[in-house]
Amino acid sequence: MTANTTNGGADGLGLGKDLTGLQQLTCEQIEGILDTAEPFKEISERRIKKVPVLRGKTIVNLFLEPSTRTRISFEFAEKRLSADTVNIASSGSSVEKGESLVDTARNLEAMRIDMVVIRHGSSGAAQFLADRIPSNVINAGDGQHEHPTQALLDLLTIRDRLGSIAGRRVCIVGDVRHSRVARSDIWGLMRCGAEVAVCGPKTLIPMGIEELGVTVLSRVEEAIEWAEVLYVLRLQLERMDAGFVPSLREYNRFFGVSRERLERAPGDIVVLHPGPMNRGVEIDSDVADGPWSLILPQVTNGVAVRMAVLYLLAGGSPERAESAKEARE
Amino acid sequence: MPVASEAEVLLDEEQTDATLKDLARQLLEREPDPAELLLVGIRRRGVELAERLATEVEAQGGVAIPTGSLDITLYRDDFGQIGPKPVIGSTELPVEITGLHVVIVDDVLHTGRTTRAALNELSDFGRPRKIELCTLVDRGGRELPIQPDYLGCRFEVAPGEEIAVSVPSIDGELSVRRVPVERKK
Repeated sequence: MTANTTNGGADGLGLGKDLTGLQQLTCEQIEGILDTAEPFKEISERRIKKVPVLRGKTIVNLFLEPSTRTRISFEFAEKRLSADTVNIASSGSSVEKGESLVDTARNLEAMRIDMVVIRHGSSGAAQFLADRIPSNVINAGDGQHEHPTQALLDLLTIRDRLGSIAGRRVCIVGDVRHSRVARSDIWGLMRCGAEVAVCGPKTLIPMGIEELGVTVLSRVEEAIEWAEVLYVLRLQLERMDAGFVPSLREYNRFFGVSRERLERAPGDIVVLHPGPMNRGVEIDSDVADGPWSLILPQVTNGVAVRMAVLYLLAGGSPERAESAKEARE
Repeated sequence: MPVASEAEVLLDEEQTDATLKDLARQLLEREPDPAELLLVGIRRRGVELAERLATEVEAQGGVAIPTGSLDITLYRDDFGQIGPKPVIGSTELPVEITGLHVVIVDDVLHTGRTTRAALNELSDFGRPRKIELCTLVDRGGRELPIQPDYLGCRFEVAPGEEIAVSVPSIDGELSVRRVPVERKK
């Protein structure tokens, strides 16, 4: 990190100042974040869903692309840790007037903030910002690059249900090519030792993905036969206009995850989806609401995982941590 | 684990056990209705001490009392100085605490800041009838106006030393020792 490291390195996991992606993390770091998330689950079940650990920290949620679930999940996580939060969307802000990302961030810095959670349409935006401001930066989705907290909550959900990630067979179905969720999930799953496959129309599978050690399956039936976890991606409707798939109905016929298809699975299988779902396109309602679905547990885990990430990144400086160790009771 | 030559044993297993028995006797003396007691151990070593106390209270008073555990990490007042610690234990309170007589159980009372954090955390769970503090060892050095209601024993600690309480579930033995600071587990 070039900017500065005043906030970095004291988390015990060596995450540094920012979380911009899972590609650069080790298995130990990823599992460490998931372990940290465990006790945070319980806080959301309390009558008073709040602990004081981030009291006095100011967090800016800079969401320059539409988002409901991720933004609200981060906001709950921040509030349950007692941080003060400000939300900025592109419409109605100076971003709309053409202010650059760095100028927006520097102005926020001038108001003395501690962390920025950023969602941006351009790949690399989070790292770009992280390198230029001293605040902690958390990537909440940047272009087609990564969406690390989504993948972390997916990993936690898989670990909760199957007991481990290593050795599990996970198949990602759908528009892998344009999906930052798929990218983060592939990095996270591979790091943690899962077997990963992808399945979708050829036009939506990135060329050369096999070189990462990922298996490509061309039929969804094969995916269901092989996988213990089926990760269904949202088919972004604009892909159809761009000619990647002929029609939604045809996509559903060939790649839609339906009850009939799942009932033919040879073993136990669970279904995850990052939301928002297109019911009747990539996933049928019977599946989304059925016994296979872990979609709502994913959402619940999202808050705990984000609390863990905020908590880990918000720590004091390494020097202060060192000197305070002796004073520790 | 500290080497025996560098650690001074203050209470061996038998003496520690006797001290816990005495604390249980004090608890029963002061609470006329043990059915309203809840012992809450502070993680990590306070949890087993609370469980041992509950066993003693049952043996002496014939009443089974519930125990819980409290992880005060997220309520500490020095987060900005020491930063996060990745492994946080869970807080588990088996019963609704409002109206109960809650006794916080900790191994060593030092600055009082851990107790302060525990009081804050408990108040987020409800409004007990009474909260008291029970510690196995008081080593002095208070930074807050907090004193134990039930005390096992008091030991002086020189600079560079501290008190280490060992419990079987974590350390494989039950004892209280005086150890050099670096040697703390």
